[in-house]
Amino acid sequence: MIAGTELGSRLLLGTGGMTSPESLAAALVASGTALATVAVRRVDPSTRHSLVDLLDGLGIRILPNTAGCFTSADAVLTARLAREAFATDWVKLEVIGDDRTLLPDPVELLDAAEQLVDDGFTVLPYCGDDPVVARRLEQVGCAAVMPLGAPIGSGLGIRNPHNIELIVEQAGVPVVLDAGIGTASDACLAMELGCSAVLVASAVTRAGDPALMAGAMRDAVVAGRAARRAGRITRRFVAEATSSFEGLVGR
Amino acid sequence: MAPTPSRDVVVAGGGIIGLAVAWQAAAAGLAVTVVDPAAGRGSSWAAAGMLAPVAEAHFGEEALASLNVAAVRAWPEFAARLESASGEPVHFRADGTLLVASDPSDRAATDRVLAFHQDIGLAAERLGSRACRAAEPLLAPGISGGVDLPDDHQVDNRAAVGALLAAGRTAGVAFVADEVARVEVEDGRVRGVTLADGSRIAAPRVVVAAGSRSGDLGGLPDGTRPPVRPVRGATVRLRAGDGVPRLRRTVRALVHGRTCYLVPRDDGGLVLGATMEERGNDLAVPLGGLADLLDDARRVVPALDEYAVVETASGLRPGSPDNGPLVGTTTTDGLLMATGHFRNGILLAPLTSSEVVGLLIHGGRPDGPDTGPFAAFRPDRFAPKASVARGAPWAPGVATGP
Repeated sequence: MIAGTELGSRLLLGTGGMTSPESLAAALVASGTALATVAVRRVDPSTRHSLVDLLDGLGIRILPNTAGCFTSADAVLTARLAREAFATDWVKLEVIGDDRTLLPDPVELLDAAEQLVDDGFTVLPYCGDDPVVARRLEQVGCAAVMPLGAPIGSGLGIRNPHNIELIVEQAGVPVVLDAGIGTASDACLAMELGCSAVLVASAVTRAGDPALMAGAMRDAVVAGRAARRAGRITRRFVAEATSSFEGLVGR
Repeated sequence: MAPTPSRDVVVAGGGIIGLAVAWQAAAAGLAVTVVDPAAGRGSSWAAAGMLAPVAEAHFGEEALASLNVAAVRAWPEFAARLESASGEPVHFRADGTLLVASDPSDRAATDRVLAFHQDIGLAAERLGSRACRAAEPLLAPGISGGVDLPDDHQVDNRAAVGALLAAGRTAGVAFVADEVARVEVEDGRVRGVTLADGSRIAAPRVVVAAGSRSGDLGGLPDGTRPPVRPVRGATVRLRAGDGVPRLRRTVRALVHGRTCYLVPRDDGGLVLGATMEERGNDLAVPLGGLADLLDDARRVVPALDEYAVVETASGLRPGSPDNGPLVGTTTTDGLLMATGHFRNGILLAPLTSSEVVGLLIHGGRPDGPDTGPFAAFRPDRFAPKASVARGAPWAPGVATGP
């Protein structure tokens, strides 16, 4: 549930990096996703047989992203182009601060988020795992926050699970774990930490068998969510017997 | 009004595929017209001419890799025949390719793909950093190693296109500098084409070889329209002046997860490529993609700093849903497809053209439609099936999970 809209799945899929439309379609279907990101700067929605046709055909909602933007001005302009081109006021806001690590620039991000919220957008910002930045983004009116687990495309998993827990604990909007997922257990952990959803891209698109990995991610998100709701046991330093020894013969 | 000319075959599109079809069909005695506003000047001109069946083999694309290997093996004979028919050299070079990894993460990525390539029987051998630099001394000292790809070769694609034009003229191909607006079909049979200027050419057979525009032709009956889309690629052409060191053979590199290639020519030229962008039919080259390409290439071969920049070029690759070409007959009598070659048009030209010319001469494959190298690449493989979702004719038959 983001900005009053209920999505049918807690798994979001990034579409960049897929080797062919056919394998992307297979992965999308296997993932069961209801929302997929599309880079505004890399996709022209008016082209026949484009990615947009494919997503429309599968009934998957498009979340345009501002990938490739380095300044707030750039990101705001790109988001406005996306609103025209994709006929949606939802935007995944990315403002990159460093070419090598592709880490987000919190100062530019906050500035762009504020402008876009004022302009009526439903803003889903890609941010670092800093709880203070996440809170500030929520305060300017973002509809969700999307902290990274690790740098984009690194597949390093969730490097600071405690920060993700802190962000979840304070958040009044959905927390979507974005970036860094390498395999299914990472997605499962994100859900166990209390995230509302997970976004995966390269972990699926660059897998040897993208559709198989997409299905694994779907199952991992379901499992992690269930485990979170079920309530995990406390971690203990030594064993605690599951059945009592009392009353056994010879005791 | 002039009478409508009548030909045996009209080829819509004069890229390397259309030209190779036209030349060989005319040489076999057919009256052939190629329609293209600028024959040979589209993506075949912007390409780098890599013939890379192994470097281009991706997970899940084993059938395409086999086709591409067969294609590279067809090149020596095709090049020799083309040179003799045209009297022009095409500079086919069978000196292999070196794939290098820029850092340890890239090395892990090339190792992963190497294992896949060896699994499916492709020629690829792991090399250490020193072995790479012994094979190619201009490589940067910091590279983490690489892979020898002895079956990945190159041809000067511009020379090849020029030779195809010359050989076609000699064989009697007529060239019309216009665009095919419509393919004319009556009662399930091809009757010819109407051009953008309104004139017509009558022909019982039409070959659609219009690259990324193939899906935009008017008049194609339902179910025959090829699902190709334009995927822009930009290349940079450089030149080594006197005394500037030259690469010995084609180098491909993975640099922080991005791919680039450097293709040295016999005359000191070097083609650097390529970007991959989906921006419709826009041919403009954005600075960002170009800058990344130049940065990556300089990191791998520092001597490039001394090269002169000659030009940038861009073209639109005809991408298909599964990256494989669409080659063969269709449900409409006389309508043939030779399109969707994506990143492998130069490589596949000999095989695609001989397949299509065989179909033009014999009307079909002697042993049935589902045989031969293109059995897995028939044009109708993406045709909509009743169960497929609206608007996505290539959606695969994967069951939706719980």
